[in-house]
Amino acid sequence: MDSYFETYNLTKVYKTPNGDAVIVKGFDLKIKKGEFVCVIGHSGCGKSTVLSMVAGLSEVSDGAVILDGKEIDGAGPDRGVVFQSPCLLPWLTTWDNVMIGVKQVYYHATKEEREQIVEYYLAAVGLSEAKDKRPGELSGGMRQRVGLARAFALSPKMLLLDEPFGMLDKLTKFELQQVLLDLWNRERLTAMMITHDVDEAIYLADRIVMMTSGPAATIGSILEITFPRPRDRKEIMTTDQYYDYREFLMNFLEEKDSEIKEAA
Amino acid sequence: MNAVVDTDPIVQEEKHPARKTFSYNPNKVAHNLDKLGLGYFSPIARLIGNDEPAKQIREILENTFLPLMAFAVFVAVWWISSFYVVSDSTKIPSPDETWRAWGGMVEFAQAEKLKEVEYYKANEERALSMEQKAADAAAGGDATKAERYTGLAEKFRTKIYQGATTFFDQIWISLITIVVGFSCSTLLGVPIGILCGVSKKINIALNPLIQLFKPVSPLAWFPIVFVFTTWGIEQPPSTSIWQRALWTSAGVVTLCSIWPTLINTAVAVASIDKDFLNVAKVLKMGWFQKIWKIILPSALPLIFTGLRLSIGVGWMVLVASDMMAQNQGLGKFVWDMYQNGDTQSTAQIIIAVFFIGAIGFLLDRIMLVCQRLVTFEEQNI
Repeated sequence: MDSYFETYNLTKVYKTPNGDAVIVKGFDLKIKKGEFVCVIGHSGCGKSTVLSMVAGLSEVSDGAVILDGKEIDGAGPDRGVVFQSPCLLPWLTTWDNVMIGVKQVYYHATKEEREQIVEYYLAAVGLSEAKDKRPGELSGGMRQRVGLARAFALSPKMLLLDEPFGMLDKLTKFELQQVLLDLWNRERLTAMMITHDVDEAIYLADRIVMMTSGPAATIGSILEITFPRPRDRKEIMTTDQYYDYREFLMNFLEEKDSEIKEAA
Repeated sequence: MNAVVDTDPIVQEEKHPARKTFSYNPNKVAHNLDKLGLGYFSPIARLIGNDEPAKQIREILENTFLPLMAFAVFVAVWWISSFYVVSDSTKIPSPDETWRAWGGMVEFAQAEKLKEVEYYKANEERALSMEQKAADAAAGGDATKAERYTGLAEKFRTKIYQGATTFFDQIWISLITIVVGFSCSTLLGVPIGILCGVSKKINIALNPLIQLFKPVSPLAWFPIVFVFTTWGIEQPPSTSIWQRALWTSAGVVTLCSIWPTLINTAVAVASIDKDFLNVAKVLKMGWFQKIWKIILPSALPLIFTGLRLSIGVGWMVLVASDMMAQNQGLGKFVWDMYQNGDTQSTAQIIIAVFFIGAIGFLLDRIMLVCQRLVTFEEQNI
């Protein structure tokens, strides 16, 4: 397979007084250019650790992360990250929150060009009206829209999403999944998204990576989602295929669940 | 579709007046008044907007009469004590004696002002007559004489009045001193605080010194600052306000008021939200940019809390350091009156106490407003 992004034997170990705590061990994943991959698993299994290592925000204990033929070294704007809490800077307006990143990445562009970029992405996430508001005045869903606009506006090589909709109510979540898919359909960025929501994963992903439960979590199984794009949520939910996928994923998670209980 | 709506006269009539009418939002006005430290007026703003008038009137009455009652009790106790706290050499002046002393201070200041004006007027007249003489001499062809008269005219014009210092001059000097001292403590405290917050090593290095010097009294700092200003600052002519004593006093204020700013800045910077730092990492910001764009704005509310504490400490210390340094400020005024020792002087000291309190309160309010302006929504104080 022609891979654009690859993790090789990715491992995370924390030193503790009682010996090493192995969180993630031997996580090998290849992602093609323009592919959308979701990683699911139980909470605390180490999904987010994998993502923060890929983002460069957490040190890699062993193994490597390769993006576009180069090994990553620390964080950088070539990977746009959307965090679970949107991490907006509360003293800046919506506009400035997106602009601060655009300025960093497009330092050679003219002021007008930068403004066009910000305007384009704010419009794409439906926030043109709220551009002068500060995060404190926005709802949770709107804040995460800003988070999406900020990540996409960097034109990253890869998009990393860490349970971005985990803290939202179901209706807002549906709306934002749509916003994300619309944006993604325009740009087809290579994306890796952490989630624990099975329906979200099926709706968004080309492939779903299931992680085993920790300690020493790794890839348990991979499921290919073959629904054609662009997808329609209602339409795919009428197919039997959808429920087959769902059952497969739920079985995997339940199995892991009983394993955890047995171990305890 | 839109075109149809816009040309429809009925819709237009309905739409536009509603949009153009000025709407008074009592809640918003009251909120802004609170933000500006003028919370006393917010029930009045709500009353104007007819928002629960009975409740607002009760609140206004309470806010007005409860403090007034407390003040009345205070004046009563003061008045009674003026009969009993009497020794052979001195006594507590009664409120009305104090009031009369205040009248005397104002009168004295006005008389001084008048003298000053007259002094400049007389000198201007002299200068004009000299110029006239110079012109006459020049017309007569005597150039050296003309030059001498012009020089004399210039001399009269640049003469500076050196009258007695009034109470209000001294308030002014005190304000200049606190501004100088507080500016120095801010300019030193904030950057050092940032360094302490950013680098654990610097913090470990400086912490013992900070803890050691923080509790030192201004009276102990004074002699040391005095040595430095005597060494480093040349005494200007007595007409200048930038006397060495002013610098000494400001230096003591700086040394005593720097600590809250420094410590609050260090804590604010050290406790910055990790998420914000992640943003800086993802955007690959440089060190300076990270400080300027991420760390400083997020620390600003706490820094201002420190500045507000600092200006309070500074103002309190100022009176003592003015006394020691013989800086022509309020402390000097209190000291001179104390040296006089009669009842009227004590009355003037009481006036000074009220002024010191009021100005301190005002400075605190100014800082509170600044603090509220830089505080973002999620961090309301």
